[in-house]
Amino acid sequence: MQHYLKFQSVSKVFPGVKALDSISFEVNAGSVHGLLGENGAGKSTLLKILSGAYIPTSGEVEIDGKVRRFHGTKDAIDAGIAVIYQELNLVPDMTVEENLLLGHMPLRHGLIDKKTMTQVAREALASLSGEINPKSRIRTLSIGQRQLVEIAKALIRDAKVIAFDEPTSSLSDREVQKLFSVIKDLQGRGRAILYVSHRLEEVFQICDSITVFRDGRIVKSFDDMSALTNDILIRNMVGREIKDIYDYRERPHGERLLEVKDLTGPGLTAPASFEVSKGEILGFFGLVGAGRTELMKLVFGAEKPVQGTVSIAGKVMDASNIGSSIRNGLVLCPEDRKLEGIIPISSVSDNINLSVRRLFSRFGFFINRGKEAANTDKFIEKLSIKTPSSAQLLMNLSGGNQQKVILARWLSEDIRVIILDEPTRGIDVGTKSEIYQIMYSLAESGMCVVFVSSELPEILGVADRILVMRSGKIVGSLSRNEATEEKVLKLALPVSGNV
Amino acid sequence: MSANETVAKKNVLKGLWDNAGMLVVFIVMFCAISLFVPFFFTWRNMIGLALSVSMVGMVSCTMLFCLASGDFDLSVEAIVAFSGVTAAVLINLTGSIVIGVAGAILSGVLIGLINGFIIARLKINALITTYAMQQIIRGVGFIVSAGSAVGISNSRFFGLGSGNLLSIPIPVIITIIVFIMFGILLNKTTYGRNTLAIGGNKEAARLAGINVNRIKIVIFTLQGAMAAFAGVVLASRMTSGQPNTSTGFAMDCISACVLGGVSLSGGIGTILGTIVGVLIIGTVQNAMNLMNIPTFYQYVVRGLILLFAVLLDQLKQRKSV
Repeated sequence: MQHYLKFQSVSKVFPGVKALDSISFEVNAGSVHGLLGENGAGKSTLLKILSGAYIPTSGEVEIDGKVRRFHGTKDAIDAGIAVIYQELNLVPDMTVEENLLLGHMPLRHGLIDKKTMTQVAREALASLSGEINPKSRIRTLSIGQRQLVEIAKALIRDAKVIAFDEPTSSLSDREVQKLFSVIKDLQGRGRAILYVSHRLEEVFQICDSITVFRDGRIVKSFDDMSALTNDILIRNMVGREIKDIYDYRERPHGERLLEVKDLTGPGLTAPASFEVSKGEILGFFGLVGAGRTELMKLVFGAEKPVQGTVSIAGKVMDASNIGSSIRNGLVLCPEDRKLEGIIPISSVSDNINLSVRRLFSRFGFFINRGKEAANTDKFIEKLSIKTPSSAQLLMNLSGGNQQKVILARWLSEDIRVIILDEPTRGIDVGTKSEIYQIMYSLAESGMCVVFVSSELPEILGVADRILVMRSGKIVGSLSRNEATEEKVLKLALPVSGNV
Repeated sequence: MSANETVAKKNVLKGLWDNAGMLVVFIVMFCAISLFVPFFFTWRNMIGLALSVSMVGMVSCTMLFCLASGDFDLSVEAIVAFSGVTAAVLINLTGSIVIGVAGAILSGVLIGLINGFIIARLKINALITTYAMQQIIRGVGFIVSAGSAVGISNSRFFGLGSGNLLSIPIPVIITIIVFIMFGILLNKTTYGRNTLAIGGNKEAARLAGINVNRIKIVIFTLQGAMAAFAGVVLASRMTSGQPNTSTGFAMDCISACVLGGVSLSGGIGTILGTIVGVLIIGTVQNAMNLMNIPTFYQYVVRGLILLFAVLLDQLKQRKSV
């Protein structure tokens, strides 16, 4: 079999950082090659080079035996490369067929030839799955369906190389299996496929060969999947042995601290009540759309509740007043880090001190740069945030480090209750394990930790007690000892006649 | 020179270019004009230049905050005209300069407050809100003045706009003070930092406990007050309140900010950049006047410069990715 895509000692240097250091590997036509590595290991940079968004500092990309130099994404598309990113590049208010042919719509007498357009779209979609109507608007499709539209777009452009960047991070299990069968099909049609993921099970399921990245270098390439185990991969990814990434630590619980009583509001279908004790990690599990995020926003005061109360140590909080929640030590790390958490164009320091600077400042008005800088340095060290400097813009940090910055923002405050909504989404194994450790030590210091996740293993691995939500209400509570995957899932899945 | 030194030197130059690109452009431009345009680099002309940019300078400070928070304000030009008329009418009516000035500024505060309330609380797009407000206030200005300039009878009022302190015109001194004040506000206060945070990511700022609505209302209120104050200074210089003055003034302020690197999508802006932007606009205008370039051509040049500046900024950003 010939090497279709080849990276030849590709390096990329940013001011102060060597993001990629002499990367070489090949991908055959008709095979799926996995790229594994922690956040910031260089996988995304490599994909951006492949897609023409970045120009490599040195080294070459060969396609079908020819060296190609891309001066922009259009060059890469013309060379038959399609990169399907986590955030899909579709226009939400246009139809599927318009999106598929955006940029090269078929014309007739200078006007758009709708008939041909529909036909081309229908053919491309049919080869993936018959379910998507070319006339639907993108907005009305699920994330999984939108991904299929992106793949169809690649097919219409006759892409020979298709790269997937964390394609399953927001898909349901069924959608993931659907996606895999599509990928297998693309493989059968001789496409060379790059597959970037954090999820080891997936990599085993779909890839023919794997390259592991760490700190911008290739640690190892594996061509024989049969001899490979989870442990070997993790060891290569993080550079050390991680026996149990949860490494659960038992700790005593104190008196009741957070009390939520009969809370109702948008996204909830029944009044929600729960309590958390000092030192306890309370897990919230539920499928996407079960109302967990909505409930957490109501508790934090980011949305206005219809009725019900939230109290800390017996003191009832002001409803929908974020400032008062924070002053009383109740904070929320929001689910959508990018949209609701980070200020991408601000520095690491400004992001960390965003809330606490009012306490450092004189009269709550004149800021104190010295205290802010000291606070930033403290947390960069304490949480081992990887950044060239505290003045670095947050958008230049990896997802895991951005999450740590948001944690630092809240740990700067004098907090008693911390709600973490999907704190490990899109984060590598090593950083995940660090975040669990932070959660344990927060709980050990007497805080309440409310931990929302849609990854069942981590909820089972980390939480002391698990509340399960389904269709907008809390449907069950399980202690750590009685919780099993089956029991939790049984509660979380919609039951016919029970919704 | 060793390779390392060359790299270090290159980095210094690059840093200067990234942080103060327009400053470099301005200095080069200023030197070139000084060399080639007669009478440009004279004390008298420098004072004239400073005076000509003083009003744009003042209002650009508040416009900087408005843009940095991710909003717009097109109503300032009407506020300038209306507050001039208000000051003139009140001074003539009561004979008191204090009442005239206070009333004019109060009217600006009120208009800004309404702008802020509509934009922050009722969530109406700032562009449309302030454009509508511009028309309303311009109209009210014409109604109050019956469509013509209102001459001011109390000549002591003219000192504000035409007086000098240490042979520097009062409006120039005021502008310098305003720049310093807003520089401190932007860099050294929670108000300034929170403004940038809101422009950078409004929802993240809100969830971090920042009272987004209150800050937005303050931004527009200060903007109204500053525009009204500029209107009073203008009325003092012109010895009358003119309802049709300052058309295009809002865009001048926005252009100055953009030339100075303030991001139209919010979150990025510096006071130094804004000063440079104001100076570039003023210098080009001044040089063209000295060279007797006809007004029609001046419009073309000003438009080209603005386009050039945004283009330059875009190129810079693309490189730094």
